[in-house]
Amino acid sequence: MQFGIFSVGDVTTDPTNGRTPTEAERIKAMVAIALKAEEVGLDVFATGEHHNPPFVPSSPTTMLGFIAAQTEKIILSTSTTLITTNDPVKIAEDYSMLQHLADGRVDLMMGRGNTGPVYPWFGQDIRNGIALAIENYNLLHRLWREDVVDWEGQFRTPLQGFTSTPRPLDGVPPFVWHGSIRSPEIAEQAAFYGDGFFANHIFWPTTHFQRLVEFYRSRYEHYGHGSADQAIVGLGGQVFIRKNSQDAVREFRPYFDNAPVYGHGPSLEEFTSQTPLTVGSPQQVIERTLTFREHFGDYQRQLFLADHAGLPLQTVLEQLDILGEEVIPVLRKEFDALRPAHVPDGPTHAALVAQAHGARAVAASDSDSDAALEVSAR
Amino acid sequence: MTTIVVLTAGVSQPSSTRLLADRLAEATRRRLQASGDEPRIEVVELREYARDLANHFVTGFPSASLRAVLDEVADADAVIAVTPIFSASYSGLFKMFFDVLDPTTLVGKPVLIAATGGTARHSLALDHALRPLFAYLRAVVLPTGVYAATEDWASDGDLRTRIDRAAKELAAALGLTVTVPTSRTDAGSSDVFADVLPFERLLAGPGTS
Repeated sequence: MQFGIFSVGDVTTDPTNGRTPTEAERIKAMVAIALKAEEVGLDVFATGEHHNPPFVPSSPTTMLGFIAAQTEKIILSTSTTLITTNDPVKIAEDYSMLQHLADGRVDLMMGRGNTGPVYPWFGQDIRNGIALAIENYNLLHRLWREDVVDWEGQFRTPLQGFTSTPRPLDGVPPFVWHGSIRSPEIAEQAAFYGDGFFANHIFWPTTHFQRLVEFYRSRYEHYGHGSADQAIVGLGGQVFIRKNSQDAVREFRPYFDNAPVYGHGPSLEEFTSQTPLTVGSPQQVIERTLTFREHFGDYQRQLFLADHAGLPLQTVLEQLDILGEEVIPVLRKEFDALRPAHVPDGPTHAALVAQAHGARAVAASDSDSDAALEVSAR
Repeated sequence: MTTIVVLTAGVSQPSSTRLLADRLAEATRRRLQASGDEPRIEVVELREYARDLANHFVTGFPSASLRAVLDEVADADAVIAVTPIFSASYSGLFKMFFDVLDPTTLVGKPVLIAATGGTARHSLALDHALRPLFAYLRAVVLPTGVYAATEDWASDGDLRTRIDRAAKELAAALGLTVTVPTSRTDAGSSDVFADVLPFERLLAGPGTS
């Protein structure tokens, strides 16, 4: 089981003191948060991608490359990479480069993006969102797996004899997750390729995402990648933790009440009961997070939203300390003990390389026996 | 059994909007009973969902109790929608409900529209505000819309005549077989998992089959 954090990268005024960080401060804070995540033993740091204020992370591989240079173990990921409006050729190149620099500690989560104007700004039409996600990812998938690609599609200029460089590290492309809040087509896409499916899970009720994950699992099995319980599932989560739950509630409430996404709507208590948001003690967070497994089955990756809504950097770093010291070790032990042997752990480059080499060895022995058959037939 | 959901957006308690809603429901029940049908009629006071509706606007999802009402409307055979007229149009509360209702829910469904107001001068709001709203939602809006001004509650039966005429139209509409398109793209099914194309067809691109 992998645990990590995902950042939206919003620049939001701290509602308790009216202070707004500069872009420079927020960017450096994201880096500090990523380094802290590695320090406290988290497995994954993921950054969002946005192309409009008040968000800073427009260039994820620049940031992740900078973090990669200062870390050794943590997997660098995205939440999400805009498969609709980015050129799939550039995604193939950028993340392959990052994969080499980070010694394989890279994966990606594909998303469509929900900011309408980004589509026209990048020359696309939001009404083609699903079609863009499907065509662009199909090209990206080929660019990482075929050395020379001839390609023609609806949304991008054709390619003849194109080789995306650098080639993926060890011949194994970065693992890909597909994130979706509401579209079963994206769960279908993840299942078709045998990729991971990530359910955002933070802003909406669990029951909504259960249906999506169930669908993904059944389609994963349908496409022959393994049994439904072997499909690769990631979930979001949102927590605010203090030793005493009353302190957590008191400190987080002003951030909740003014949060850009759900602020000025339901009360903290209502939202906590309706969505996976947990504000409380380490024990409460552990108990709530363990229920995710009951709702979605054994899963591979849990990402928490920790740095948003104007929370100061110092507070976020304290949150990571608590996560790393008191929450994740317990969750890791519990989840790993509960997961049956035939259900895979979270994807890593090393595991994918081993799997690919195993597959190649099988393919090689198959072709040997074909040759032997041919010989004997003569 | 025929199911009718009555949505009433009155804000006071008791409200003349609710009074009109109840009269329309009863008139419709009598009409259907006369033809041997015992309808199930559910009255929903949107006032009770005011906070749920506001929360849905900012969070993007309905509370469990609002979800139940949205589902009830989806499952109903017909809808009676009644609003007070505020500032020359339906009330904000009334519109909020239809803003969060899936836009395919009412396709092909008979809808009886009605409104209340202080004076008869606002009665055309039924035709310049409510009728276009339900036209957008592709509901079958009945020809008679019932408007009740304060003075109508003391009139000589003209309001009752209009209520009976509207109820008769609703009963007749329920007797018709309305063919509702069921594919998601044609706008019908509210289950988005029911019609997901297999990936090979998604990959082939739009417009192919």
